[in-house]
Amino acid sequence: MDANNKPLLRTPLYEWHTSRGARMVDFSGWEMPLFYSSIIEEHHATRSAVGLTDISHMGRLRFEGPGAAVFLAELLTRRVADMQLGQIRYSLVTNYQGGIMDDVLVGYYHNAHGQPFYVLVVNACNREKIVRWVQQHLPPERALRRGQEVLFSDVTPLWAMFAISGPRSMALLQPLVDVDLQWMKYYRGAQVRILHPAAKRQGGILSRTGYTGEDGFELSIGAEVAAEIWEVLLEYGKSLGATPTGLGARDTLRLEAGMPLYGHELTEQIDPFQAGLGYTCYLTGYDFPGRDVLLQIQQRRPALVRVGLEAQGQRIPRQGCAILRDGAVIGTVTSGTFSPTLQKPIAMGYIPPQHAVPGTAVHIDIRGRAEPATVVELPFYRRDRTPKGT
Amino acid sequence: MVAPDQLRYTPTHEWAHIEKAADGTSLVTVGITAYALEALTDLVYIDLPETGRQVKAGQPFGEVESVKAVSELYSPVDGEIVESNTAIVNNLEQLSKDPYQSGWLVRIKPSDPSQLNKLLDYAAYRKLCEENPLH
Repeated sequence: MDANNKPLLRTPLYEWHTSRGARMVDFSGWEMPLFYSSIIEEHHATRSAVGLTDISHMGRLRFEGPGAAVFLAELLTRRVADMQLGQIRYSLVTNYQGGIMDDVLVGYYHNAHGQPFYVLVVNACNREKIVRWVQQHLPPERALRRGQEVLFSDVTPLWAMFAISGPRSMALLQPLVDVDLQWMKYYRGAQVRILHPAAKRQGGILSRTGYTGEDGFELSIGAEVAAEIWEVLLEYGKSLGATPTGLGARDTLRLEAGMPLYGHELTEQIDPFQAGLGYTCYLTGYDFPGRDVLLQIQQRRPALVRVGLEAQGQRIPRQGCAILRDGAVIGTVTSGTFSPTLQKPIAMGYIPPQHAVPGTAVHIDIRGRAEPATVVELPFYRRDRTPKGT
Repeated sequence: MVAPDQLRYTPTHEWAHIEKAADGTSLVTVGITAYALEALTDLVYIDLPETGRQVKAGQPFGEVESVKAVSELYSPVDGEIVESNTAIVNNLEQLSKDPYQSGWLVRIKPSDPSQLNKLLDYAAYRKLCEENPLH
């Protein structure tokens, strides 16, 4: 049961997780693995080899029909109408006040009949809210408008989704799919065939996207074949050091990569410019909710900006800790953890821009004790992109 | 070697080993249980008190932090810290490996040894853990 006494949702891999002794937790109403053996070990496995994470809790919303592109352009902050086939973009959904309702990936694909469709990947914690938001903006007269029909469906339970992240992710996936992955660019995706009988001739959607700061892919496949394909991936990946990784490592990895998490860095009280996501707002195109407010906000200096923080001591700043300068509270920590790569506590938070210069000395109130910390540039970790052999 | 069934426990997962000196005074060695360590996993930091500090039963004497969360360490008795296991602070792996021996945390000279009678025995503590399975 979750906090609202609703039964927890389970992914197609639930049995596999529990049979492997995973520590299961309630994550946004889903019963998900936090870790199998250790968050730190799973983190290092992703940075050095390849980690496999069940992310089937992510909401997947599908939009079809001749009006889908314009409908999404009028819902999302990012440009949609000019997307190329197989392209994926990171976007926000904003409310009429310009507050962030969700951060999403929108992908543009063709089905087997050559008809276009879009997939919106939304956060598990926001799925119901975004579904209601879509329905509110898609009354029958809009959905059925002649020549601009939009067919919307929440396909989350039908599809499992795996994140395959790390320097060996391509080596793991290549023998199993019918597309040449070296030509799949970052933020591109394609419908693929899975070259294994366990897939039962089903296809999937593979994209070069991720949430760890490593090279990586995300694979959506039918729920009924998901558990078998997961085992095939682990079997193929054995010699590469492929490791199942839980949501604990997903969080430490994304924090090191400086990526925001909804409910922490992103909320409806934060606008895209504060969050450092102004680049996702295309304000001179279609009129999406909050666009006029964001045009105003864009002209002003933001009251708060998102920054990285490195603690000097060993105690970890956590969400809600006050950030102090010269004894006065200037902001709040939104996420914090121990960085397995840097071997020290790291955090993100919001402070006024005049304090946000990298190198600024601050304190963080950790359970009543002011601990010294430094404002640092994001991300905390950037992978080495030097081609091998040079 | 002290067997877990000879230790007493708090509901907050500290263990206490009670020794009686020849002069009748008591000394309590305190640590955290294997169950607590498994629940935490991925320890990154432990904070232990300096010797001489006064502690109170049920009140925190230190904290232990893992990647995911921080937990306070609660004293099983009123008394004075007479020794802290400073060796364990920089060797958290040892704490995870050997929580009932070399992984002890503090020794307390209790001011009211009768408080120790209120601690859980092994059977009661085991029941508490079984009611809250980790997996």
